[in-house]
Amino acid sequence: MSYQLPKFRHPELPVNDLGYTKADYEGAISTLCAGCGHDSISGAIVRACHELSIEPHKIAKLSGIGCSSKAPTYFLGNSHGFNSVHGRMPSVVTGAALANRDLLYMGVSGDGDTASIGMGQFAHVARRNLNMVYIVMNNGCYGLTKGQDSATADRGSASKKGDPNIYSAIDLCGTALQMGATFVARSFSGDKEQLVPLIKAAISHRGFALIDVVSPCVTFNNNAKSTKSYEFVREHSEATGTIDFVPMHKEITTEYQPGHSHEVTLHNGSSIRLYKVDESLNPFDRRSAINALEEHRCSGNILTGLIYMNMDSRDLHEVLETSQRPLNALDESDLCPGNKMLLNINASLR
Amino acid sequence: MIMKRIESVNDFVIKFANVNGTGSASANNLFAKALFRMGIPVSPKNIFPSNIQGLPTWYEVRVNDKGYLGRRGGIDIALSVNPQSMAQDIREVLPGGYFIYDDTKPLDLRLHRDDISIIGVPLTRICNEQYDDPRQRQLFKNVIYVGALAALLDMDFKVLTGLVEDQFKGKKNLVLPNIHALELGHQYVRNHLDCPIGIRVEKSDMVGDKILLDGNTALGLGALYGGATVAAWYPITPSTSVVDAFEKYAKRVRIDPGTGRRNYAIVQAEDELAAIGMAIGASWNGARSFTATSGPGVSLMSEFLGLAYFAEIPTVLFNVQRAGPSTGMPTRTQQSDILACAYASHGDTKQVLLFPSTPRECFDFGALSFDLAERLQTPIILMTDLDLGMNDNMSEPLEWDDERKYDRGKVLTAEQLEAGVEFGRYLDVDGDAICYRTYPGTHPTKGAFFTRGTSRNEYAIYTEKGEEYEANMLRLLRKWDTINEYVPAPIIVDSGVETDTAVLYFGTSEEAAREALDYLSDEGIHLNAMRVRAFPFNKQVQEFIERHKQVFVIEQNRDAQLRTLLMAEFEFGPDKLKSVLCFDGTPISARNIRKQIKKHLNGDNVLPLHRNTALLRAGESR
Ligand SMILES: Cc1ncc(C[n+]2csc(CCOP(=O)(O)OP(=O)(O)O)c2C)c(N)n1
Ligand code: SF4
Ligand SMILES: [Mg+2]
Repeated sequence: MSYQLPKFRHPELPVNDLGYTKADYEGAISTLCAGCGHDSISGAIVRACHELSIEPHKIAKLSGIGCSSKAPTYFLGNSHGFNSVHGRMPSVVTGAALANRDLLYMGVSGDGDTASIGMGQFAHVARRNLNMVYIVMNNGCYGLTKGQDSATADRGSASKKGDPNIYSAIDLCGTALQMGATFVARSFSGDKEQLVPLIKAAISHRGFALIDVVSPCVTFNNNAKSTKSYEFVREHSEATGTIDFVPMHKEITTEYQPGHSHEVTLHNGSSIRLYKVDESLNPFDRRSAINALEEHRCSGNILTGLIYMNMDSRDLHEVLETSQRPLNALDESDLCPGNKMLLNINASLR
Repeated sequence: MIMKRIESVNDFVIKFANVNGTGSASANNLFAKALFRMGIPVSPKNIFPSNIQGLPTWYEVRVNDKGYLGRRGGIDIALSVNPQSMAQDIREVLPGGYFIYDDTKPLDLRLHRDDISIIGVPLTRICNEQYDDPRQRQLFKNVIYVGALAALLDMDFKVLTGLVEDQFKGKKNLVLPNIHALELGHQYVRNHLDCPIGIRVEKSDMVGDKILLDGNTALGLGALYGGATVAAWYPITPSTSVVDAFEKYAKRVRIDPGTGRRNYAIVQAEDELAAIGMAIGASWNGARSFTATSGPGVSLMSEFLGLAYFAEIPTVLFNVQRAGPSTGMPTRTQQSDILACAYASHGDTKQVLLFPSTPRECFDFGALSFDLAERLQTPIILMTDLDLGMNDNMSEPLEWDDERKYDRGKVLTAEQLEAGVEFGRYLDVDGDAICYRTYPGTHPTKGAFFTRGTSRNEYAIYTEKGEEYEANMLRLLRKWDTINEYVPAPIIVDSGVETDTAVLYFGTSEEAAREALDYLSDEGIHLNAMRVRAFPFNKQVQEFIERHKQVFVIEQNRDAQLRTLLMAEFEFGPDKLKSVLCFDGTPISARNIRKQIKKHLNGDNVLPLHRNTALLRAGESR
């Protein structure tokens, strides 16, 4: 069947291949604090989905609990959303993705939601290589419960009202790599030029794609002694390189210097083009990725950009050999073996 | 002392005393199933420790021509192949009963009893003479004692050999040695002992077309027939075999013929929180899904159960109960999660419970759970227990109506949305407090909504307005009334005699209760009976209780949880509902029920609860 697109539209707004404007990918007005990094990430998600020309209703957005997990209300208003329980978004996405393999699953979480209460589910969803995008809006604190340190806060970093953090930090990119994630990237909410292509690449990757996005909490953790403040991150981030995302059959002209570039084609025919800055990192080699993370940690810098990507992984549906038709589209005739089989079963039980 | 031997035909209790992990289970099954094939009702119960190898384990079979299948209490024949538990096993035999043991090593004289018949069969010696391989010695010892029993009880030997042939169909190298082992035991007894003993069996026709099946397998089949496609679980006794059974049959019948791919997905989750999260995610997205667990898992699932209740997401949870609290007695039975499940989660919640009492009902209710969950958009918790789940129970055969269509509940299609129906996820359009939902991905611009555990208005928009929150909570309460019309009604059995006293029971107490009522009516005490099959309690439950002056509520937990629930929902006073309890981890027995009811009737019911408990502990709870 065909659908009518919303009629009243500003004639000058650019439309994508499907005829949607960016507004068709937006959500409700944000109620987060003005300047919160999370809102910028929402904006990047809107842009990436619009530019990729994804049918808005073919995306499902799911989250846990936190300011970050509220964010899905503020993007993709034409997509179904699910704000679940604290730390358990991965399991809900797993079930949802098993039910319908044809949708795109966008999980949004916070550093509290992922690195503390949800650490177990985070580890296991990565390990199962569920085909999803997992975005952590990482502010080093619990925004929604008013600024307590989270498990990603660096040792010695102090939030607005707090003492320096006494515990070592969990690096979610490193954890994801160890757990078997097949796409790992880090970015910064203040760097859309880096973030948008990364989101596009993550969406196009088949398998588990983590983007750990440092996303300052302006209210509780944007002060001088914090290592998750806008200023600190701007000064200390070192990109692995820049990437362009090239959708299928589309050549884009780029302003980047054609330095050391590398092009990889993704399973859906689109490709990403990498302009490497960091010569020591080979993002297609897990060991190299782990080393690069460790080196940057030791030097006190934040490694951003694409850190690791495995092109040949098998996602959960492949491993489980589930039907190509979505499981939620099967009916009695596919699912119910009928009374005849029961007669045989009964006979074997006498 | 002159001993009066117990003499009976097709009516006795036999208990096998084995060592865990020695392969005795299949031999014991062979024994029970052979009697079943002879047309004699049997109810076997595994009594096993939380252990993989080495500790004592028992297998108790009640054989009863009248068809009483509950635990009777008392042991007529003990078959002992475990020296570790021998002292206890011989002590348990009723006076006049029989103690069969491996007399390769003579019986410790201190254990001797002269009020029972002691029968020695040199099992170890026969094995050692026949087999060199120690593993074979151990395995065939079990088969040999079944052969010996066949002679002692005058069983139809052909039925036994027929069973072995069926069991190892086509595997001649297994059939012949097993039959040989049966013959070894049989021959020895025939040549050396008087047989049959006072207790014997003969062919009967009391079984009809019934089947012998465990509740967990029936549940797994119920999920398969009910159209479940996603199963997420975390291993825990006694629920593990539910998913095992689902998988076993799904592998046979859920493979797409064209592609060879699977029309189902099973995930062993990292814990029960994840398991139920997956089930909820899948149902939210329009697939039928379930999880199975036991008490500790239910505790972990509690937060998610609240979400599913409040966000109104169909969820199917099979709870195979075991003895709690905490790890309690993981391999023993109880019905002690009633309150934890009925009000599972924080805030004002009420969860739908189903109480099957036979494998057939496990199958029926198992499949029904999916229709109910989707129709009512709420969790359905099916409450079974270890006794039903892990033991073979005699049951009506399974049946499926091939005309039956799944009830997918109120779901708007793309066409309906396109045609412009008004969509508010929590808008009560039909007046039954059940609202329409949409699956993700249905329509590009219509029907998307945001599911959340936080308060929202009828259009699923976040709100903290008191009136809107309250209106929603009241609608959920009205939905509870609708639910009431959908859940299985109780089954009422009238005593046929005018009486103002009744019993009420649910789940696995049924068989023992039915038998106890027969005993009591033989003594002139006539009681009406009702088996509750669901929560919310049907109106009939209320009327039934109101109609009687006193109702004995039979349940297998310490705190009279169902009684508490009845009092909370209907405001009955404590005088009206009296408890009959068993919580020692064994299934409740008819003799126990009878004893407790008589105590109540004799006015001996003024004991404070803790003294009652002390009495039960002193061994009367068997
Ligand atoms: C089970 C449970 N425990 C605690 C909370 C309270 N809580 C809400 S949000 C939150 C922390 C969120 O931190 P994070 O995920 O980093 O999100 P942010 O607000 O920083 O974006 C906590 C502890 C809860 N909702 N549920
Ligand atoms: S408290 Fe922090 S994380 Fe939450 S909305 Fe405000 S700035 Fe963002
Ligand atoms: Mg945070």
